[in-house]
Amino acid sequence: MDNIVGKKTGLAVAANLTVAILVVLWLIPTIGLLVSSFRDRDAISATGWWRAPFSTEQTFRGRGDTETVTQDGALFILTGNVFDDPEVAPSFPDGPATISAFGTRGNNPGEYTAGTTADLGDGEALLINADGTYRYALPEDPGSRGPRYYIQAKTPPKFTLSNYETVITAGGMGQAFINTLTVTIPATIIPILMAAFAAYALAWMDFAGRSWIIAAIIGLLVVPLQLALVPMLQLHNQVGIGQSFLGIWLAHSAFGQPLAVYLLRNYMIGLPRDIIESARVDGGTDFQIFMKIVLPLSFPALAAFAIFQFLWTWNDLLVAKVFLPSGEATKVMTVKIADDLLGSRGGDWGILASAAFVSIAVPLLVFFSLQRYLVRGLLAGSVK
Amino acid sequence: MNPVFQGLLTILIGVGGIFAYFVLSNMLLDKVLFPAKGPNASRNINRANLIRPWLFLAPTIIALSLYLVYPVIGSFIRSLYNRSGDQFIGFGNYSSLIASPDFRTAFMNNVLWALFVPAVSTFLGLVIAQLTDKLSWGNIAKSIIFMPMAISFVGASLIWKFVYAIDPNLGIINAIRASMGLNPLDVLQLAFWNNFFLMAILIWVQTGFAMVILSAALRGIPEETIEAAVIDGANPFQIFMKIQVPQVTGTIVVVWTTTTILVLKVFDIVYAMTGGNFNTQILPSYMMQFMFRDDGRATAVAIVIMLIVTPVMIQNIIQARKEMR
Repeated sequence: MDNIVGKKTGLAVAANLTVAILVVLWLIPTIGLLVSSFRDRDAISATGWWRAPFSTEQTFRGRGDTETVTQDGALFILTGNVFDDPEVAPSFPDGPATISAFGTRGNNPGEYTAGTTADLGDGEALLINADGTYRYALPEDPGSRGPRYYIQAKTPPKFTLSNYETVITAGGMGQAFINTLTVTIPATIIPILMAAFAAYALAWMDFAGRSWIIAAIIGLLVVPLQLALVPMLQLHNQVGIGQSFLGIWLAHSAFGQPLAVYLLRNYMIGLPRDIIESARVDGGTDFQIFMKIVLPLSFPALAAFAIFQFLWTWNDLLVAKVFLPSGEATKVMTVKIADDLLGSRGGDWGILASAAFVSIAVPLLVFFSLQRYLVRGLLAGSVK
Repeated sequence: MNPVFQGLLTILIGVGGIFAYFVLSNMLLDKVLFPAKGPNASRNINRANLIRPWLFLAPTIIALSLYLVYPVIGSFIRSLYNRSGDQFIGFGNYSSLIASPDFRTAFMNNVLWALFVPAVSTFLGLVIAQLTDKLSWGNIAKSIIFMPMAISFVGASLIWKFVYAIDPNLGIINAIRASMGLNPLDVLQLAFWNNFFLMAILIWVQTGFAMVILSAALRGIPEETIEAAVIDGANPFQIFMKIQVPQVTGTIVVVWTTTTILVLKVFDIVYAMTGGNFNTQILPSYMMQFMFRDDGRATAVAIVIMLIVTPVMIQNIIQARKEMR
């Protein structure tokens, strides 16, 4: 198909272009979140994240310095440089910037262009130059409180880790991260072991009813988890497990079984029959064959399921909401974000973004480093 | 006890316990119950081999019957009782569900989801699989499209909350609208269409799944069929539509049904984005509204979801039994 001369280039360009557009579309949301998580609240509300790498026009406010007051006829004159103002200076750690506009009212901070004198009536006049020097003429003695002014200046792009600091310490995400880890690791390891034995029995042991059990497991693959919530929570309460880590470990281990057995059995049945038969002839018991031959050979399938189960338990919201107590000490990250942050801190986008990134960093890392196994697992489960 | 420590202990007890169970139960079988020696050695070996599969299967079967089989019955029985669970009301929960406009909205929205999400993500997945196949940077593109699979639905919702934000300095949609001189718009409150903005999130997550599977299926097509079409003068579009797609129909069906089932289970997106407000409720999120408040209604909704899934389940079982023969 590649050798249709002439048509190839046009099509290739179209394919490149379409895929490029789709890739950009797919990436933009995540990049927006990542960039926002490194910007402070002011920067987020001032400009869109797509402008973050560029200088941005921001508004600052300060007061005329009353210590410089001199009298000129009936007028009191304040002079100085806005960049020396204690309210303005901290925003410009790298020294003065260029002021583009100024004003005296908060609702219109860019009323006058820098370098022009603003006539404010009654002899009151304000001049702020682009370099920050100003001259404020007042008809009355300002006393100790200088008059307000607003300036607009370009600030260099600024990125900060403060959102992450806030979210991990004060926001409780640190604790939630540990809780997620606590739920995830046992809930990944234990079901694999259970399923591996079962899958071996279903693949290499002959017994009555085997095909029925396989069919039942395939049927259970699609049973909605929602059904289990009410009856199992009830049962957990009756036997004294209640809402606890133990409960969620048991629940995740059981919910993972159908997929685990299905994937592992599909893989194990494809192992060469000769190896297993000759081990049997040599007097190996099923237990030995499983431990010494089948388990090591099934590593790719075990890894694939481990990744699935890890991603699923790490990302789960439903099971965590139902089987874990709702207190702060046991909240996992998904619950924390969905219930706490989206509710009470709905407006604090920087915090939300960094919280989201804390929660998706580990799965993304696992995903990109172990993608090969994940793809293999997906294929084993769906294409036959 | 510190949960981290408790977790480590559980791994040890869980893993060690399961191992101990398998080792000890096999030993019990071979050494005590049916020892492979003495006058009945061969009969004993046979008997041991009859029982052994069930030893291997026991933990899984117990877990499955307890957490997935029993709940089907348990939920159904619970759904026949009232809110507090002390009074039998027959199908009362179901009839009040059907009478409730919220349930009907959730049901209709779910139908919309079940039609739209699998269709779009399978279509996009197929197109991307085909287009990236011949690109030099195809694997990178695939990785990026596949990436959202790793992100939780809650995380994905938050990511898209930024995209949909009303503030033109935050939400890219409203930034584009603002640059065209239009007023900001809260797409999540846009009657009817807000459902599609929520579906977009699931499509964003699921397209990678469809792409990976369909890409493998497309590569599995015998080269000769494509070469024959080229020789006969078919153009690339014809080859794709008439040679390649028909040969992966089976896989398309698998991807389509898997995504449909998923749509009936995902409550996170609606829960995190709108909380079911503005007529965006779907069945799984509707059920969570009643969870902890009215278990009778909650289980009734769960049973409705189960009923919708049942045909797919039966079909899967039939298919599996066919392949085993």
